[in-house]
Amino acid sequence: MKAVEVTGLTVALDDGSVIVDDVSFSLESGQVMGLVGESGSGKSTVGLALLGFAKKGANIVGGKVVVGDVDLLSLAPNDLREARKKLIGFVPQDPATALNPAMRIGTQLTEGLIGDKKENLPRIREVLETVGLPSDDAFLRRHPQELSGGQQQRVAIAMAVAKKPKLIVFDEPTTGLDVSTQARVLEMVAQLCADNGMAAVFVSHDLAVVGTVGDLVTVMYAGKILETGTHEEVLQSAAHPYSIALLDSVPSTRQRLALVAIPGRAPAPGTKFDGCVFADRCGFVEDRCREAPPPMVATSAGGEARCIRVDHVRKNRTGQVKEPLRLVEGREEKTSVLSVRNLNASYGRSQVLYDISFDVAPGECVGVVGESGSGKTTMSRCLIGLHEDQTGGFEMNGEPLPPRLRDRSKAIKQQMQYVFQNPYGSLNPRETIATAVMVPLRHFYGDRGKAARTKAQEALERVEIPWRLADRYPAELSGGQRQRVAIARALACNPSLLICDEVTSGLDVSVQASVVELLRSLQDDGLSMIFITHNLAVVRSIGDRVVVLSQGRVVESGAVESVLNGPQHPYTRGLLADTLDVDRPDSETSDLTG
Amino acid sequence: MAIETTTTDGAVKAAPTPDRSRRTALAWLIARRALMGLVTLWCISVIVFVATQTMPGDVAKIILGPSATADQVAQLNKNLGLDQPLFSQYWDWLRNVLTGNMGNSLVSGQPVSELLSERIFNSATLTVMAMVLILPLSLLVGLLAAVFRDKLLDRSYLGVSLIVTATPDFVLGSLVVALFGTVVFKVLPPVSLIPPGDAPWQHPQELVMPLAVMVLVGVTYLSRLVRVSFIDVMESEYVQLAMLKGLSMRRILFRHALPNALAPSIPAASIMAAYTIAGSVVIEYLFAYPGIGSALVDAVAGHDLPMIQAIIMLMAAAFFCFNQLADVLGTLNKSR
Repeated sequence: MKAVEVTGLTVALDDGSVIVDDVSFSLESGQVMGLVGESGSGKSTVGLALLGFAKKGANIVGGKVVVGDVDLLSLAPNDLREARKKLIGFVPQDPATALNPAMRIGTQLTEGLIGDKKENLPRIREVLETVGLPSDDAFLRRHPQELSGGQQQRVAIAMAVAKKPKLIVFDEPTTGLDVSTQARVLEMVAQLCADNGMAAVFVSHDLAVVGTVGDLVTVMYAGKILETGTHEEVLQSAAHPYSIALLDSVPSTRQRLALVAIPGRAPAPGTKFDGCVFADRCGFVEDRCREAPPPMVATSAGGEARCIRVDHVRKNRTGQVKEPLRLVEGREEKTSVLSVRNLNASYGRSQVLYDISFDVAPGECVGVVGESGSGKTTMSRCLIGLHEDQTGGFEMNGEPLPPRLRDRSKAIKQQMQYVFQNPYGSLNPRETIATAVMVPLRHFYGDRGKAARTKAQEALERVEIPWRLADRYPAELSGGQRQRVAIARALACNPSLLICDEVTSGLDVSVQASVVELLRSLQDDGLSMIFITHNLAVVRSIGDRVVVLSQGRVVESGAVESVLNGPQHPYTRGLLADTLDVDRPDSETSDLTG
Repeated sequence: MAIETTTTDGAVKAAPTPDRSRRTALAWLIARRALMGLVTLWCISVIVFVATQTMPGDVAKIILGPSATADQVAQLNKNLGLDQPLFSQYWDWLRNVLTGNMGNSLVSGQPVSELLSERIFNSATLTVMAMVLILPLSLLVGLLAAVFRDKLLDRSYLGVSLIVTATPDFVLGSLVVALFGTVVFKVLPPVSLIPPGDAPWQHPQELVMPLAVMVLVGVTYLSRLVRVSFIDVMESEYVQLAMLKGLSMRRILFRHALPNALAPSIPAASIMAAYTIAGSVVIEYLFAYPGIGSALVDAVAGHDLPMIQAIIMLMAAAFFCFNQLADVLGTLNKSR
């Protein structure tokens, strides 16, 4: 008997628009299914619906969710609550907001279990040890905010596992984590499911993550399943054009590949389609794709895909060969846009940066890599002059550069531009995007009115934001578009150095691809860049040289090729080993072929 | 502002001894605020002094009545020290206050402290009783409104509370008096005269109406804040996770939501207490309740400067303390 059987699951908003459309799948005990898709694909809604839960404003309108032998959706509210308690565990995306700040961890761990606290404590201690956390009373008495992000996520996992559920749902549990913490958490998830015979659904936007953890992979788009199959079937020989496009947008640590973004943007939830939901963005589209919704058909690899041209797509896909990209070479060692010498920085009494030194050549992209707490954001704030508690020397084009922003001349401020991590916070929500881009133009060049609008238009078009969006507000744009606007605002100043602080980490993988490709094209125009990230695969795609930071010190630096092909420092090796990669068929290092 | 930053930063940065540094920062915060309070009180005393000088009418004339001769008035002014220059009048008053002497009432000649002690007790009783009722009621009403959000109960509650908040206290008081005291039902005494020497709770009937008005005004305001923070908390991810864990609604409401919803309401409750003290002037006067509020109205009518000064100082100090308490509680809440 199947552990989990989902048939025809449909979720609609209060206004009737369907956000999850006829989703069916089944899982055996101990099997892990990765559910992958972009933001708005309905993957998290499916995850919640597996517990018979829908967010405010949405309702489960049809289908069956059978876990063990219980049909969840037919239960009365009280029985459903009992079923959730016994049968299903849920691991939330962001444990920092999903654990109650006012309750001790011990209480939160025991409260969901049947029986009283004393009986359950031994079980809780056992589970905490399994997930690699301390299990003493002192730890149980802590509040969530006294733990690190990784520890919080482990507590959330322990909470879901402790009741020995038949099914466990992971809702993007590693999105906010460092690569190394993520690698450990994923390994743990796979182990726990195998050991306890639990079926699991693992929701993520990252194919590399899903490929690591899932036995089965299901790809969702616009509320529909577009492709499903085993891990190998989907990742090695994807058959649906959308799955292929998603795979092409994942950066690799092994090869410097051009990342291919998916054209257009994901449809808003509830959009109605006559034919195939992906037709508008598909490279293989034909007229008949738009006529009727395609059925799921078996692919030659063994999975199923919702595409009428499966065989054609597969044949033509394998013909594609990816050319590794060239690096910026022959740079003149003498000149550098920015040199950093012996930079030390601290917060109060605690020092966070020790003797950082590096150079940025014209047209070069220096990737700065490190985990959270490595000091990489403090470093970028020092460079731009926002962090005042620092010593050391900067030179810009051979001239000394004052460390504090207020001591820097207008010309220098204009030459160094900064793009923040979070495009939701860095754009003023009450300004249209055209205004956002025009503010620095007025400040640096005194451009107003028509002149400013023309320049703003150029800047926006350079980042591929059409001018007709100019009078929209940031809230009306997608995350990727907002990040492009933030980049356009920096470009409008005509800088010689762009500092990008984790600009892609809040974005979906497919959107990340488009932003990375955009930045690369700017580099071709001679712009120098400092690209701060925790993801080595992204550095491989865009960086010319890399600086690896650990606990405030540079542990390794050099050309991207040499550092990533032959890392010298154990920290870099560890980081590289923990960075997930998709085993792609066209990757030369992969020994499996589709 | 600067003080608050040090508290939060102190808690974050000095990792080895978070407790100690937080405590020192808090002690500093309280000390700075206390000093600020004294300066505020001094400023208020100057403003009140200047304001009383510009009031129309002459104290001596008011005391002696319309038939007094000019000589009598001048004599009395001299006795009261009102012929002195303004600055020295103020200086005398300030010196006395700093040595603990609030002066004598100009009208009755008795020491201000003696006249006020019973009044302070009466007012404090009324305010404390009001707050004791307001806090749990606001919590209950706010919680119910949040649970039945957008249902009929919630909507009608919002409508009523809006009307009550928009109506001035004395209008509300007059309506209550007309309804229960004079015109319609006549079940309660329309005035709350507490005989001198009696404690207010010996006359429960007299307390009902002033308390009712204070509680009505307080609860409609505070419960709306509770409602909003409760709704925020109920939509939080930890409440969603609690639902997904299969916990009972009762446990979710009282263990998961309530403690978190309470935190932002506590500073508001403290400010509420400050407003209750200030608002008592109108209520006490309306019901002729013998507290400091009605004493203030009498003192202003009689140009009784030492009384006015003493009462306003007292109210300002209480108002300031509760406001500061709200700030401190808010800061503690934030740094947690």
